[in-house]
Amino acid sequence: YPYVTGSSVVAIKYKDGILMAADMGGSYGSTLRYKSVERIKPIGKHSLLGASGEISDFQEILQNLDELILYDNMWDDGNSLGPKELHSYLTRVMYNRRNKFDPLWSSLVLGGVKKGHKYLGMVSMIGLNFEDNHVATGFGNHLARPILRDEWHENLSFEDGVKLLEKCMRVLLYRDRSTVNKLQIAKITEEGVTISQPYSLKTFWGFSAFQNPTQDAEGSW
Amino acid sequence: MPNDKSHNTNIAVYSPLRGCVFFRSKITPLNGFRSLGLFIVKLSSASAIDLSDTLRFLIPSHLNCRRFSVCLVAEKKGVFSESKMSRAAVEVPPKGGFSFDLRRRNEMLSKKGVPPPSFRKTGTTIVGVIFQDGVILGADTRATEGPIVCDKNCEKIHYMAPNIYCCGAGTAADTEAVTDTVSSQLQLHRYHTGRESRVIAALTLLKSHLFKYQGYVQAALVLGGVDVTGPHLHTIYPHGSTDTLPFATMGSGSLAAMAVFESKYHEGLTKEEGVNLVCEAICSGIFNDLGSGSNVDVCVITKGQKEYLRNHLLPNPRTYVSSKVFSFPRKTVFN
Repeated sequence: YPYVTGSSVVAIKYKDGILMAADMGGSYGSTLRYKSVERIKPIGKHSLLGASGEISDFQEILQNLDELILYDNMWDDGNSLGPKELHSYLTRVMYNRRNKFDPLWSSLVLGGVKKGHKYLGMVSMIGLNFEDNHVATGFGNHLARPILRDEWHENLSFEDGVKLLEKCMRVLLYRDRSTVNKLQIAKITEEGVTISQPYSLKTFWGFSAFQNPTQDAEGSW
Repeated sequence: MPNDKSHNTNIAVYSPLRGCVFFRSKITPLNGFRSLGLFIVKLSSASAIDLSDTLRFLIPSHLNCRRFSVCLVAEKKGVFSESKMSRAAVEVPPKGGFSFDLRRRNEMLSKKGVPPPSFRKTGTTIVGVIFQDGVILGADTRATEGPIVCDKNCEKIHYMAPNIYCCGAGTAADTEAVTDTVSSQLQLHRYHTGRESRVIAALTLLKSHLFKYQGYVQAALVLGGVDVTGPHLHTIYPHGSTDTLPFATMGSGSLAAMAVFESKYHEGLTKEEGVNLVCEAICSGIFNDLGSGSNVDVCVITKGQKEYLRNHLLPNPRTYVSSKVFSFPRKTVFN
Protein backbone atom coordinates (compact mmCIF):
# COMPACT_ATOMS: atom_id res chain seq x y z
CA TYR A 1 0.00 0.00 0.00
CA PRO A 2 1.25 3.47 -0.75
CA TYR A 3 2.74 5.59 2.00
CA VAL A 4 4.21 8.72 0.46
CA THR A 5 2.27 9.65 -2.63
CA GLY A 6 2.57 12.26 -5.30
CA SER A 7 -0.55 13.76 -6.76
CA SER A 8 -0.88 13.94 -10.54
CA VAL A 9 1.15 14.42 -13.69
CA VAL A 10 -0.18 16.00 -16.86
CA ALA A 11 1.62 15.80 -20.19
CA ILE A 12 0.94 16.88 -23.76
CA LYS A 13 2.58 16.60 -27.15
CA TYR A 14 3.33 19.93 -28.77
CA LYS A 15 4.97 21.11 -31.93
CA ASP A 16 8.58 20.39 -31.03
CA GLY A 17 8.25 17.60 -28.51
CA ILE A 18 6.66 16.80 -25.18
CA LEU A 19 5.68 19.05 -22.28
CA MET A 20 5.14 17.53 -18.87
CA ALA A 21 4.01 19.19 -15.64
CA ALA A 22 3.93 17.88 -12.10
CA ASP A 23 3.68 19.55 -8.76
CA MET A 24 6.28 18.97 -6.10
CA GLY A 25 4.30 17.60 -3.21
CA GLY A 26 4.71 14.29 -1.44
CA SER A 27 1.84 13.54 0.91
CA TYR A 28 2.10 11.13 3.79
CA GLY A 29 -1.51 10.04 4.03
CA SER A 30 -3.38 13.25 4.55
CA THR A 31 -0.34 15.31 5.64
CA LEU A 32 1.53 17.30 3.02
CA ARG A 33 4.90 16.17 4.23
CA TYR A 34 7.45 16.78 1.48
CA LYS A 35 7.21 19.88 -0.56
CA SER A 36 10.22 19.55 -2.83
CA VAL A 37 9.91 16.18 -4.42
CA GLU A 38 11.07 16.14 -8.02
CA ARG A 39 8.66 13.86 -9.75
CA ILE A 40 9.96 14.27 -13.30
CA LYS A 41 13.37 12.88 -14.24
CA PRO A 42 15.22 12.58 -17.54
CA ILE A 43 16.11 9.08 -18.65
CA GLY A 44 18.91 8.65 -21.12
CA LYS A 45 19.08 11.16 -23.89
CA HIS A 46 15.64 10.79 -25.31
CA SER A 47 13.03 10.49 -22.58
CA LEU A 48 11.37 12.00 -19.56
CA LEU A 49 9.70 9.97 -16.87
CA GLY A 50 7.10 11.45 -14.54
CA ALA A 51 5.33 9.53 -11.82
CA SER A 52 2.42 9.90 -9.45
CA GLY A 53 1.57 7.57 -6.62
CA GLU A 54 4.13 5.97 -4.34
CA ILE A 55 7.40 7.91 -4.48
CA SER A 56 9.63 5.12 -3.24
CA ASP A 57 8.46 2.88 -6.08
CA PHE A 58 9.30 5.69 -8.49
CA GLN A 59 12.81 5.86 -7.08
CA GLU A 60 13.26 2.13 -7.43
CA ILE A 61 12.13 2.28 -11.03
CA LEU A 62 14.69 5.03 -11.59
CA GLN A 63 17.44 2.78 -10.26
CA ASN A 64 16.37 -0.03 -12.56
CA LEU A 65 16.35 2.31 -15.50
CA ASP A 66 19.78 3.66 -14.56
CA GLU A 67 21.15 0.15 -14.79
CA LEU A 68 19.42 -0.32 -18.10
CA ILE A 69 20.86 2.87 -19.52
CA LEU A 70 24.29 1.95 -18.22
CA TYR A 71 24.25 -1.40 -20.01
CA ASP A 72 23.02 0.31 -23.11
CA ASN A 73 25.88 2.77 -23.00
CA MET A 74 28.34 -0.04 -22.48
CA TRP A 75 27.34 -1.56 -25.80
CA ASP A 76 28.53 1.70 -27.33
CA ASP A 77 26.97 0.96 -30.66
CA GLY A 78 25.64 4.38 -31.53
CA ASN A 79 22.09 3.36 -30.75
CA SER A 80 20.39 4.37 -27.55
CA LEU A 81 17.18 3.43 -25.87
CA GLY A 82 14.31 5.54 -27.06
CA PRO A 83 10.98 6.28 -25.37
CA LYS A 84 9.11 3.45 -27.07
CA GLU A 85 11.57 0.87 -25.82
CA LEU A 86 11.51 2.25 -22.32
CA HIS A 87 7.73 2.25 -22.40
CA SER A 88 7.59 -1.47 -23.23
CA TYR A 89 10.19 -2.22 -20.59
CA LEU A 90 8.20 -0.38 -17.94
CA THR A 91 4.94 -2.03 -19.00
CA ARG A 92 6.49 -5.47 -18.58
CA VAL A 93 7.94 -4.57 -15.21
CA MET A 94 4.65 -3.18 -13.86
CA TYR A 95 2.57 -6.02 -15.23
CA ASN A 96 4.82 -8.71 -13.83
CA ARG A 97 4.82 -7.14 -10.40
CA ARG A 98 1.04 -6.97 -10.49
CA ASN A 99 0.87 -10.63 -11.42
CA LYS A 100 2.89 -11.45 -8.35
CA PHE A 101 0.36 -9.47 -6.28
CA ASP A 102 3.05 -6.99 -5.32
CA PRO A 103 2.49 -3.96 -7.52
CA LEU A 104 4.66 -0.92 -7.78
CA TRP A 105 2.04 1.55 -6.67
CA SER A 106 2.76 4.28 -9.21
CA SER A 107 1.34 5.59 -12.45
CA LEU A 108 4.08 6.56 -14.85
CA VAL A 109 4.10 8.98 -17.73
CA LEU A 110 6.84 8.53 -20.28
CA GLY A 111 7.51 11.06 -22.99
CA GLY A 112 10.28 11.49 -25.48
CA VAL A 113 11.46 12.37 -28.93
CA LYS A 114 13.69 10.13 -30.99
CA LYS A 115 14.67 10.79 -34.59
CA GLY A 116 11.93 13.36 -34.95
CA HIS A 117 9.23 11.00 -33.78
CA LYS A 118 7.33 12.19 -30.68
CA TYR A 119 6.11 9.60 -28.23
CA LEU A 120 3.93 10.03 -25.15
CA GLY A 121 2.65 7.11 -23.19
CA MET A 122 1.38 6.07 -19.80
CA VAL A 123 1.71 2.95 -17.66
CA SER A 124 -0.61 2.48 -14.72
CA MET A 125 0.10 0.49 -11.59
CA ILE A 126 -1.61 -2.63 -12.90
CA GLY A 127 0.24 -2.57 -16.19
CA LEU A 128 -2.36 -0.82 -18.31
CA ASN A 129 -0.48 1.09 -20.96
CA PHE A 130 -1.40 3.25 -23.88
CA GLU A 131 -0.03 5.98 -26.06
CA ASP A 132 -1.87 9.18 -26.65
CA ASN A 133 -1.52 12.85 -27.50
CA HIS A 134 -2.26 13.97 -23.96
CA VAL A 135 -2.18 11.99 -20.73
CA ALA A 136 -2.92 12.63 -17.11
CA THR A 137 -2.61 10.46 -14.02
CA GLY A 138 -4.46 10.34 -10.74
CA PHE A 139 -6.93 13.13 -10.23
CA GLY A 140 -5.80 14.68 -13.46
CA ASN A 141 -7.81 11.99 -15.24
CA HIS A 142 -11.04 13.51 -14.02
CA LEU A 143 -10.13 17.18 -13.89
CA ALA A 144 -7.52 17.79 -16.57
CA ARG A 145 -8.55 15.36 -19.26
CA PRO A 146 -11.82 17.16 -20.22
CA ILE A 147 -9.89 20.41 -20.66
CA LEU A 148 -7.20 18.69 -22.72
CA ARG A 149 -9.73 16.95 -24.92
CA ASP A 150 -11.39 20.22 -25.78
CA GLU A 151 -8.37 22.44 -26.17
CA TRP A 152 -5.53 20.31 -27.46
CA HIS A 153 -4.65 20.47 -31.12
CA GLU A 154 -1.67 19.59 -33.25
CA ASN A 155 1.13 22.12 -33.51
CA LEU A 156 0.74 23.84 -30.21
CA SER A 157 3.52 26.31 -29.75
CA PHE A 158 5.63 26.23 -26.63
CA GLU A 159 3.88 29.17 -24.99
CA ASP A 160 0.43 27.81 -25.76
CA GLY A 161 1.40 24.42 -24.45
CA VAL A 162 2.68 25.88 -21.21
CA LYS A 163 -0.49 27.94 -20.83
CA LEU A 164 -2.66 24.86 -21.35
CA LEU A 165 -0.70 22.87 -18.80
CA GLU A 166 -0.86 25.72 -16.34
CA LYS A 167 -4.62 25.89 -16.78
CA CYS A 168 -4.90 22.19 -15.95
CA MET A 169 -2.57 22.48 -12.98
CA ARG A 170 -4.51 25.45 -11.65
CA VAL A 171 -7.78 23.50 -11.72
CA LEU A 172 -5.99 20.63 -9.99
CA LEU A 173 -4.65 23.02 -7.39
CA TYR A 174 -8.14 24.34 -6.66
CA ARG A 175 -9.89 21.00 -6.52
CA ASP A 176 -7.42 18.29 -5.49
CA ARG A 177 -6.46 18.28 -1.86
CA SER A 178 -3.04 16.70 -2.34
CA THR A 179 -1.51 19.20 -4.74
CA VAL A 180 0.84 21.98 -3.65
CA ASN A 181 1.28 25.27 -5.37
CA LYS A 182 4.80 24.54 -6.52
CA LEU A 183 5.27 22.90 -9.84
CA GLN A 184 7.84 22.10 -12.44
CA ILE A 185 7.31 21.98 -16.15
CA ALA A 186 9.64 19.81 -18.18
CA LYS A 187 10.25 19.99 -21.89
CA ILE A 188 11.88 17.48 -24.14
CA THR A 189 12.72 18.06 -27.77
CA GLU A 190 15.15 16.64 -30.28
CA GLU A 191 17.87 18.80 -28.78
CA GLY A 192 17.47 17.67 -25.23
CA VAL A 193 15.75 17.95 -21.92
CA THR A 194 15.05 21.03 -19.84
CA ILE A 195 13.33 20.87 -16.50
CA SER A 196 12.30 24.27 -15.27
CA GLN A 197 12.94 25.61 -11.83
CA PRO A 198 10.06 25.20 -9.41
CA TYR A 199 7.58 28.03 -9.52
CA SER A 200 4.07 28.64 -8.31
CA LEU A 201 0.84 29.56 -10.00
CA LYS A 202 -1.24 32.61 -9.37
CA THR A 203 -4.61 31.82 -7.92
CA PHE A 204 -7.61 34.04 -7.67
CA TRP A 205 -9.76 33.96 -4.60
CA GLY A 206 -11.30 37.37 -4.91
CA PHE A 207 -14.77 36.56 -6.16
CA SER A 208 -17.22 38.90 -4.52
CA ALA A 209 -19.46 35.98 -3.75
CA PHE A 210 -16.74 34.50 -1.60
CA GLN A 211 -16.46 37.61 0.53
CA ASN A 212 -19.75 37.20 2.26
CA PRO A 213 -21.58 34.26 0.82
CA THR A 214 -24.62 34.42 3.03
CA GLN A 215 -25.32 38.11 2.99
CA ASP A 216 -28.63 37.62 1.26
CA ALA A 217 -29.39 34.19 2.54
CA GLU A 218 -29.43 34.37 6.27
CA GLY A 219 -29.23 31.02 7.93
CA SER A 220 -27.47 29.05 5.23
CA TRP A 221 -23.73 28.56 5.11
CA MET B 1 -38.26 -28.95 -6.82
CA PRO B 2 -41.49 -27.06 -7.01
CA ASN B 3 -43.93 -28.76 -9.26
CA ASP B 4 -44.73 -26.50 -12.15
CA LYS B 5 -47.70 -28.29 -13.54
CA SER B 6 -50.10 -27.97 -10.69
CA HIS B 7 -51.82 -24.93 -9.42
CA ASN B 8 -50.97 -25.67 -5.88
CA THR B 9 -47.40 -25.33 -5.02
CA ASN B 10 -46.43 -27.04 -1.90
CA ILE B 11 -43.12 -26.19 -0.43
CA ALA B 12 -41.71 -27.69 2.67
CA VAL B 13 -39.15 -25.85 4.63
CA TYR B 14 -37.03 -27.52 7.17
CA SER B 15 -35.90 -25.43 10.02
CA PRO B 16 -33.68 -27.13 12.55
CA LEU B 17 -34.92 -25.06 15.43
CA ARG B 18 -38.57 -25.50 15.05
CA GLY B 19 -38.95 -28.67 13.09
CA CYS B 20 -40.53 -28.85 9.71
CA VAL B 21 -42.61 -26.18 8.10
CA PHE B 22 -44.99 -26.88 5.27
CA PHE B 23 -46.57 -24.27 3.23
CA ARG B 24 -49.06 -24.62 0.47
CA SER B 25 -50.77 -22.31 -1.87
CA LYS B 26 -54.36 -23.13 -1.04
CA ILE B 27 -55.65 -22.49 2.38
CA THR B 28 -57.54 -25.41 3.69
CA PRO B 29 -56.78 -25.70 7.29
CA LEU B 30 -58.68 -28.87 7.68
CA ASN B 31 -57.11 -30.79 4.83
CA GLY B 32 -54.15 -32.93 5.31
CA PHE B 33 -50.81 -31.91 3.98
CA ARG B 34 -50.64 -32.78 0.36
CA SER B 35 -47.15 -32.39 -0.80
CA LEU B 36 -46.77 -32.57 -4.50
CA GLY B 37 -43.39 -31.06 -4.39
CA LEU B 38 -40.74 -30.54 -1.83
CA PHE B 39 -38.31 -27.72 -1.66
CA ILE B 40 -36.06 -28.08 1.28
CA VAL B 41 -34.45 -24.96 2.55
CA LYS B 42 -32.42 -24.83 5.69
CA LEU B 43 -32.88 -21.70 7.72
CA SER B 44 -30.97 -20.72 10.77
CA SER B 45 -33.74 -18.90 12.50
CA ALA B 46 -37.39 -19.49 12.33
CA SER B 47 -40.08 -17.23 13.44
CA ALA B 48 -43.30 -17.31 11.54
CA ILE B 49 -42.98 -13.80 10.23
CA ASP B 50 -39.39 -14.19 9.03
CA LEU B 51 -40.22 -17.41 7.29
CA SER B 52 -43.29 -16.03 5.64
CA ASP B 53 -41.29 -13.08 4.35
CA THR B 54 -38.57 -15.30 3.02
CA LEU B 55 -40.89 -17.78 1.43
CA ARG B 56 -43.01 -15.09 -0.10
CA PHE B 57 -39.93 -13.74 -1.77
CA LEU B 58 -38.78 -17.13 -2.99
CA ILE B 59 -41.97 -18.11 -4.76
CA PRO B 60 -41.49 -17.68 -8.48
CA SER B 61 -44.10 -15.27 -9.56
CA HIS B 62 -45.13 -17.14 -12.67
CA LEU B 63 -46.64 -19.86 -10.60
CA ASN B 64 -50.21 -19.28 -9.68
CA CYS B 65 -49.56 -18.54 -6.09
CA ARG B 66 -51.52 -15.87 -4.49
CA ARG B 67 -51.83 -16.94 -0.94
CA PHE B 68 -49.93 -19.31 1.11
CA SER B 69 -50.05 -20.50 4.59
CA VAL B 70 -47.19 -21.16 6.86
CA CYS B 71 -47.83 -24.00 9.11
CA LEU B 72 -45.34 -24.50 11.84
CA VAL B 73 -45.13 -28.03 12.96
CA ALA B 74 -42.98 -28.02 15.99
CA GLU B 75 -42.58 -31.18 17.95
CA LYS B 76 -46.11 -32.03 18.77
CA LYS B 77 -47.77 -28.70 18.37
CA GLY B 78 -48.93 -27.21 15.13
CA VAL B 79 -49.18 -23.48 14.87
CA PHE B 80 -51.06 -22.10 11.97
CA SER B 81 -50.52 -18.65 10.60
CA GLU B 82 -51.70 -17.27 7.33
CA SER B 83 -50.44 -14.47 5.22
CA LYS B 84 -51.44 -13.02 1.91
CA MET B 85 -48.88 -12.19 -0.75
CA SER B 86 -50.38 -8.82 -1.30
CA ARG B 87 -50.45 -7.69 2.30
CA ALA B 88 -47.22 -6.55 3.93
CA ALA B 89 -46.19 -8.89 6.67
CA VAL B 90 -44.58 -6.18 8.75
CA GLU B 91 -46.43 -3.38 10.47
CA VAL B 92 -45.22 0.14 9.62
CA PRO B 93 -44.54 2.04 12.83
CA PRO B 94 -47.25 4.62 13.31
CA LYS B 95 -44.97 7.64 13.66
CA GLY B 96 -43.51 7.62 10.14
CA GLY B 97 -39.85 7.42 9.21
CA PHE B 98 -38.16 4.30 7.99
CA SER B 99 -38.59 0.84 9.46
CA PHE B 100 -35.54 -1.34 9.08
CA ASP B 101 -37.22 -4.65 9.92
CA LEU B 102 -36.56 -6.20 6.54
CA ARG B 103 -32.82 -5.65 6.75
CA ARG B 104 -32.17 -9.06 8.25
CA ARG B 105 -34.11 -10.72 5.49
CA ASN B 106 -32.25 -8.71 2.84
CA GLU B 107 -28.87 -9.61 4.27
CA MET B 108 -29.82 -13.27 4.40
CA LEU B 109 -30.99 -13.17 0.82
CA SER B 110 -27.87 -11.53 -0.53
CA LYS B 111 -25.78 -14.09 1.30
CA LYS B 112 -27.74 -16.85 -0.43
CA GLY B 113 -27.00 -15.27 -3.78
CA VAL B 114 -30.15 -13.28 -4.54
CA PRO B 115 -28.94 -9.79 -5.40
CA PRO B 116 -31.09 -6.82 -4.47
CA PRO B 117 -32.76 -5.08 -7.43
CA SER B 118 -30.79 -2.10 -8.69
CA PHE B 119 -32.59 1.20 -8.59
CA ARG B 120 -32.71 3.94 -11.14
CA LYS B 121 -30.02 6.52 -10.50
CA THR B 122 -29.58 9.64 -12.49
CA GLY B 123 -25.70 9.43 -12.62
CA THR B 124 -25.53 12.95 -13.80
CA THR B 125 -23.95 16.24 -14.52
CA ILE B 126 -25.85 19.16 -13.04
CA VAL B 127 -24.50 22.70 -12.80
CA GLY B 128 -25.59 26.13 -11.67
CA VAL B 129 -24.08 29.55 -12.25
CA ILE B 130 -24.94 33.02 -10.96
CA PHE B 131 -24.70 35.67 -13.65
CA GLN B 132 -25.43 39.38 -13.72
CA ASP B 133 -29.19 39.32 -13.49
CA GLY B 134 -29.95 35.91 -12.06
CA VAL B 135 -29.22 32.21 -12.08
CA ILE B 136 -28.68 29.68 -14.85
CA LEU B 137 -29.18 25.97 -14.15
CA GLY B 138 -28.10 23.21 -16.49
CA ALA B 139 -28.43 19.42 -16.58
CA ASP B 140 -27.85 16.47 -18.88
CA THR B 141 -30.70 14.08 -19.72
CA ARG B 142 -29.52 10.53 -19.17
CA ALA B 143 -30.99 8.24 -16.48
CA THR B 144 -29.16 4.98 -15.75
CA GLU B 145 -30.12 1.73 -14.09
CA GLY B 146 -26.78 0.23 -13.21
CA PRO B 147 -24.95 -0.09 -16.53
CA ILE B 148 -28.01 0.42 -18.73
CA VAL B 149 -29.40 3.73 -19.92
CA CYS B 150 -33.05 3.52 -19.03
CA ASP B 151 -34.17 6.99 -20.10
CA LYS B 152 -32.40 8.87 -22.86
CA ASN B 153 -34.22 12.12 -22.38
CA CYS B 154 -35.40 12.58 -18.83
CA GLU B 155 -36.01 15.90 -17.09
CA LYS B 156 -33.68 16.68 -14.25
CA ILE B 157 -34.57 20.31 -13.69
CA HIS B 158 -37.58 20.25 -11.38
CA TYR B 159 -40.03 23.03 -10.67
CA MET B 160 -40.18 24.24 -7.10
CA ALA B 161 -41.83 27.66 -7.36
CA PRO B 162 -42.35 30.12 -10.23
CA ASN B 163 -39.02 31.70 -9.34
CA ILE B 164 -37.11 28.67 -8.03
CA TYR B 165 -35.91 25.57 -9.89
CA CYS B 166 -33.94 22.62 -8.62
CA CYS B 167 -31.68 20.13 -10.43
CA GLY B 168 -31.39 16.68 -8.91
CA ALA B 169 -28.68 14.00 -8.99
CA GLY B 170 -28.64 10.63 -7.25
CA THR B 171 -31.54 8.22 -7.04
CA ALA B 172 -34.26 9.41 -9.44
CA ALA B 173 -37.16 8.52 -7.16
CA ASP B 174 -35.60 10.37 -4.26
CA THR B 175 -34.96 13.56 -6.19
CA GLU B 176 -38.46 13.57 -7.71
CA ALA B 177 -40.22 12.86 -4.43
CA VAL B 178 -38.21 15.32 -2.39
CA THR B 179 -38.61 18.16 -4.87
CA ASP B 180 -42.34 17.50 -5.28
CA THR B 181 -42.86 17.44 -1.53
CA VAL B 182 -40.99 20.66 -0.92
CA SER B 183 -42.67 22.31 -3.91
CA SER B 184 -46.10 21.65 -2.37
CA GLN B 185 -44.92 22.86 0.99
CA LEU B 186 -43.72 26.06 -0.66
CA GLN B 187 -47.07 26.52 -2.37
CA LEU B 188 -48.89 26.20 0.94
CA HIS B 189 -46.47 28.68 2.45
CA ARG B 190 -47.19 31.09 -0.39
CA TYR B 191 -50.90 30.87 0.27
CA HIS B 192 -50.30 31.36 3.95
CA THR B 193 -48.06 34.41 3.64
CA GLY B 194 -49.26 35.88 0.35
CA ARG B 195 -45.68 36.51 -0.77
CA GLU B 196 -43.26 35.11 -3.34
CA SER B 197 -41.24 32.15 -2.02
CA ARG B 198 -37.65 32.73 -1.06
CA VAL B 199 -34.86 30.41 -2.08
CA ILE B 200 -33.66 29.98 1.48
CA ALA B 201 -37.13 28.75 2.43
CA ALA B 202 -36.81 25.95 -0.12
CA LEU B 203 -33.26 25.39 1.07
CA THR B 204 -34.22 24.99 4.71
CA LEU B 205 -37.13 22.68 3.91
CA LEU B 206 -34.95 20.44 1.74
CA LYS B 207 -32.08 20.51 4.20
CA SER B 208 -34.13 19.49 7.20
CA HIS B 209 -35.90 16.75 5.26
CA LEU B 210 -32.65 15.20 4.05
CA PHE B 211 -30.96 15.46 7.42
CA LYS B 212 -33.90 13.75 9.09
CA TYR B 213 -33.27 10.73 6.90
CA GLN B 214 -29.55 10.73 7.63
CA GLY B 215 -28.41 10.34 4.04
CA TYR B 216 -30.68 7.44 3.17
CA VAL B 217 -32.67 9.69 0.83
CA GLN B 218 -29.95 9.89 -1.81
CA ALA B 219 -30.70 13.20 -3.44
CA ALA B 220 -27.91 15.64 -4.28
CA LEU B 221 -29.46 18.90 -5.46
CA VAL B 222 -28.48 22.19 -7.02
CA LEU B 223 -31.09 24.74 -6.03
CA GLY B 224 -31.26 28.11 -7.75
CA GLY B 225 -33.69 30.99 -7.94
CA VAL B 226 -34.26 34.71 -7.80
CA ASP B 227 -36.33 36.29 -5.06
CA VAL B 228 -36.72 39.73 -3.47
CA THR B 229 -33.28 39.49 -1.87
CA GLY B 230 -31.51 38.69 -5.13
CA PRO B 231 -30.21 35.67 -7.05
CA HIS B 232 -29.21 32.62 -5.02
CA LEU B 233 -27.49 29.34 -5.81
CA HIS B 234 -27.10 26.51 -3.32
CA THR B 235 -25.93 22.91 -3.38
CA ILE B 236 -27.51 20.36 -1.05
CA TYR B 237 -25.79 17.07 -0.24
CA PRO B 238 -27.67 13.84 0.64
CA HIS B 239 -26.80 14.09 4.32
CA GLY B 240 -28.27 17.54 4.60
CA SER B 241 -25.31 19.92 4.39
CA THR B 242 -25.50 22.90 2.05
CA ASP B 243 -23.16 25.32 0.32
CA THR B 244 -23.83 28.78 -1.05
CA LEU B 245 -21.72 29.34 -4.12
CA PRO B 246 -21.42 31.46 -7.25
CA PHE B 247 -20.97 28.34 -9.38
CA ALA B 248 -21.67 24.74 -8.45
CA THR B 249 -21.65 21.27 -9.96
CA MET B 250 -23.00 17.93 -8.67
CA GLY B 251 -23.30 14.38 -9.87
CA SER B 252 -20.84 11.90 -11.35
CA GLY B 253 -19.79 14.35 -14.04
CA SER B 254 -19.21 17.13 -11.52
CA LEU B 255 -15.42 16.93 -11.80
CA ALA B 256 -15.43 17.33 -15.57
CA ALA B 257 -17.89 20.22 -15.36
CA MET B 258 -16.00 21.84 -12.49
CA ALA B 259 -12.79 21.75 -14.54
CA VAL B 260 -14.55 23.89 -17.16
CA PHE B 261 -15.98 26.25 -14.55
CA GLU B 262 -12.72 26.74 -12.67
CA SER B 263 -10.91 27.69 -15.83
CA LYS B 264 -13.58 29.84 -17.43
CA TYR B 265 -15.73 31.47 -14.77
CA HIS B 266 -15.40 35.15 -14.10
CA GLU B 267 -17.65 37.66 -12.44
CA GLY B 268 -20.22 39.68 -14.29
CA LEU B 269 -21.25 37.11 -16.86
CA THR B 270 -23.87 38.20 -19.34
CA LYS B 271 -26.74 35.93 -20.18
CA GLU B 272 -25.23 34.62 -23.44
CA GLU B 273 -21.88 34.01 -21.81
CA GLY B 274 -23.57 32.29 -18.90
CA VAL B 275 -25.64 29.98 -21.10
CA ASN B 276 -22.55 29.17 -23.18
CA LEU B 277 -20.52 28.39 -20.09
CA VAL B 278 -23.25 26.13 -18.70
CA CYS B 279 -23.57 24.31 -22.02
CA GLU B 280 -19.82 23.81 -22.21
CA ALA B 281 -19.71 22.45 -18.71
CA ILE B 282 -22.56 20.01 -19.32
CA CYS B 283 -21.06 18.93 -22.64
CA SER B 284 -17.78 18.30 -20.87
CA GLY B 285 -19.70 16.08 -18.46
CA ILE B 286 -21.60 14.36 -21.26
CA PHE B 287 -18.52 13.50 -23.29
CA ASN B 288 -16.11 12.70 -20.49
CA ASP B 289 -18.33 10.91 -17.98
CA LEU B 290 -20.09 7.63 -18.64
CA GLY B 291 -23.00 8.35 -16.32
CA SER B 292 -24.08 11.45 -18.25
CA GLY B 293 -25.16 11.79 -21.81
CA SER B 294 -27.70 12.74 -24.45
CA ASN B 295 -28.91 16.32 -24.42
CA VAL B 296 -28.48 19.53 -22.46
CA ASP B 297 -31.33 21.20 -20.57
CA VAL B 298 -30.93 24.80 -19.49
CA CYS B 299 -33.08 26.97 -17.26
CA VAL B 300 -32.49 30.72 -16.98
CA ILE B 301 -34.12 32.45 -14.02
CA THR B 302 -34.16 36.22 -13.74
CA LYS B 303 -36.18 38.66 -11.69
CA GLY B 304 -39.76 38.25 -12.68
CA GLN B 305 -39.33 35.66 -15.42
CA LYS B 306 -37.86 32.30 -16.24
CA GLU B 307 -36.94 30.48 -19.45
CA TYR B 308 -36.95 26.73 -19.38
CA LEU B 309 -34.97 25.66 -22.45
CA ARG B 310 -35.69 21.98 -22.69
CA ASN B 311 -33.17 20.20 -24.96
CA HIS B 312 -31.33 23.40 -25.64
CA LEU B 313 -28.49 21.46 -27.25
CA LEU B 314 -28.67 18.09 -28.90
CA PRO B 315 -25.03 17.07 -29.31
CA ASN B 316 -25.85 13.38 -29.75
CA PRO B 317 -28.19 13.07 -32.69
CA ARG B 318 -29.20 9.63 -33.88
CA THR B 319 -27.19 8.83 -36.98
CA TYR B 320 -27.85 6.13 -39.54
CA VAL B 321 -31.60 6.10 -39.36
CA SER B 322 -32.75 4.06 -42.32
CA SER B 323 -35.61 5.51 -44.31
CA LYS B 324 -37.03 2.07 -45.08
CA VAL B 325 -39.18 0.68 -42.33
CA PHE B 326 -38.32 -2.91 -41.50
CA SER B 327 -40.91 -5.09 -43.15
CA PHE B 328 -41.70 -8.64 -42.26
CA PRO B 329 -42.55 -10.96 -45.16
CA ARG B 330 -46.15 -12.09 -45.08
CA LYS B 331 -47.14 -15.50 -43.81
CA THR B 332 -44.21 -15.79 -41.49
CA VAL B 333 -44.70 -18.58 -39.06
CA PHE B 334 -42.97 -18.54 -35.73
CA ASN B 335 -42.13 -21.95 -34.38
